[in-house]
Amino acid sequence: MSTNSRWRALTHHHLFWPVAVLVFLLLVNVPFTPDFFSVKMTGGHLYGSLVSIVLFGSPLILVAVGMTVVIATGGIDLSVGAVVAITGALACSYISHQADQNALSGVLLAMGLGLLAAVVCGLWNGFLVARMGIQPIIATLIIMVAGRGVAQLITNGQIITINSDPYKLIGGGYWLTLPFSIFVVAVVVAVTVALTRRTALGLLIEAVGGNAEASRLVGIRSRRIKIMVYVFCALCAAVAGLMISSNTSAADGNNAGLWIELDAILAVVIGGTSLLGGRFSIGGTVVGALVIQTLTTTIYTIGVPTQTNLVFKAAVVIVVCLLQSPKFRAKVFGAKFGARFGAKGGAKPAVAETDTAASTDAAPKMEVS
Amino acid sequence: MLNRRNFLTAAVSVAAAGGLAACAKKDGSGSGSGGGSKALSLGFSQVGAESGWRAANTTSVKSAAKEAGINLKFSDAQQKQENQISAIRGYIAQKVDVIAFSPVVVTGWDAVLKEAKAAKIPVVLTDRSVETSDSSLYVTLVGSDFTDEGRRAARMLEKVLAKAGLKGPVKIAQLEGTTGAAPAIERGKGFKEIMDAEHKSDWKIVVSQSGDFTRAGGKQVMAAFLQSHSDINVLFAHNDDMAIGAIQSIEAAGKKPGKDILIVSVDGVHDGFVAMSQGKINGIVECNPLLGPQLMEVVKKVHDGQKVERWIKTKESDYTQDQAKAALPTRKY
Repeated sequence: MSTNSRWRALTHHHLFWPVAVLVFLLLVNVPFTPDFFSVKMTGGHLYGSLVSIVLFGSPLILVAVGMTVVIATGGIDLSVGAVVAITGALACSYISHQADQNALSGVLLAMGLGLLAAVVCGLWNGFLVARMGIQPIIATLIIMVAGRGVAQLITNGQIITINSDPYKLIGGGYWLTLPFSIFVVAVVVAVTVALTRRTALGLLIEAVGGNAEASRLVGIRSRRIKIMVYVFCALCAAVAGLMISSNTSAADGNNAGLWIELDAILAVVIGGTSLLGGRFSIGGTVVGALVIQTLTTTIYTIGVPTQTNLVFKAAVVIVVCLLQSPKFRAKVFGAKFGARFGAKGGAKPAVAETDTAASTDAAPKMEVS
Repeated sequence: MLNRRNFLTAAVSVAAAGGLAACAKKDGSGSGSGGGSKALSLGFSQVGAESGWRAANTTSVKSAAKEAGINLKFSDAQQKQENQISAIRGYIAQKVDVIAFSPVVVTGWDAVLKEAKAAKIPVVLTDRSVETSDSSLYVTLVGSDFTDEGRRAARMLEKVLAKAGLKGPVKIAQLEGTTGAAPAIERGKGFKEIMDAEHKSDWKIVVSQSGDFTRAGGKQVMAAFLQSHSDINVLFAHNDDMAIGAIQSIEAAGKKPGKDILIVSVDGVHDGFVAMSQGKINGIVECNPLLGPQLMEVVKKVHDGQKVERWIKTKESDYTQDQAKAALPTRKY
């Protein structure tokens, strides 16, 4: 009975299904790549499939973490891909004009410029959404479309190649034998979790997402919170943009971060955050992003023909989303798996405990009173 | 209310028509003065500015027109067919001598090309071809033969293998271009054609995926290839950018690009030549965007009523590592 209840607790944990899918995808690779899990030292750093997955998945994790916070307020940010392109383009074009591309001060200034541009984009998105009351999907569409043009303007339609060792570190370099980007991601995730779960900020964000007007009436500055999350999201995208351009030592205004907004939204959904806002799970998002990156790697290793790549990806995504649906699980596996789980889309267990099975079809809103 | 709306619509359309008329007048006087000095006028509609290759292509067309003394009217379609069709209609209305364009897509050109034919303006295609019901709708195509580029890549690989003295089984990884794009399909087809005909026993493509013609794509796909097929000894990339990305992954895996894994790619962009001069790429098959001078030559011939070939292939060369250093300073894109 005790093992049974422990099993129940495990399967009802909000991260159970995303992690299960991740483990399953990793295992699928083993027959095709026998030493898939092996990690060895090559040229002074660790090398292996798992390292590659984290390295190439880092930008997506960052963008998805920013997206999670925006989605928690009931918004969405489509402009992240364009911000990725703008940041990379600005930083690389600045560095390419330096006499000494390896000078640390020049590199730091270039990165600062990129981050500054991102803050401007974030403020613009936040202004349109919070002050002008424009639908987030429309407000952020503006930079999504125009931003890529700006990035191409900065790069002159060319791919800018740079040769800077300090810049290469952030997205393609190694530190303590691990990819440096892992540390960047770890810091951003840790800070985000600390700020949202150790302070009241997380509660405020969820309150705004649950009901912006009600939260304003109880004294939360909902507009300011909204502007803040868009700036945060743009900053996350900017760091991802620095990583992507640093990874290949080149800025490609046309292709950098192309469609990353969709992958990021998908990662958030796989991680169990409701698109309706009001609750979120950073941990779930990180797992979701890893699922997407592992899926991409799996497609390359198991030799899915190129023409069917997208179909394969779609099929896996459909299965993952169905597994996330409590109603579907209740139908297929019986009520044991289905009931109650969906209510715990993430967020605080204390809140989830009060949810009933009946509230599973719609994402429950946090009550603010 | 309705009246008011009608009035507004009328006012707007009158204003628009006035604007158009003004434009037409200005353009008319422009071509008139061109006719006075007897300069040949060419209307050129470019696909867009989606890549460095394309930017080089645009620059080449513009400078070649200047050199040839041709009055060039240039427009950028921003990768949209409707923009291109309206640009061509504009050229017909301006009565240019010759129209040239790089079609955004393959189909849907019959109507506008018929209008050009009715106005007796010859049409020259550049870089890419179209599918039409009536082959008399365009005079010629000036552009690359992607299938032949694939064949040339296979020939290049033969040379590279001979030079490296690699006799054993050749295990090839292929980085394909964007799925469904003509260069990706045809380069792969041409390469396979030679391989199947002459190297059935000793060459084998062990793994092949799309890297979307981008560096990031090439890098990521190659990283996965190296994990699942550690015995790869040759890489065929459909463009230089993917090869450059793949080189970074090969180095991260502790192997030497150009030695442990021989690399052949297509395009010949500046950065590709840099990599080749460092010994990291073994051979590059050129796909030349600098077709401006050839285009101007054809335009003049067509205008004079001379017969031209149906498909004028761009002048392209193949480069090995020995030639890379010498050719590097001349690479413009």
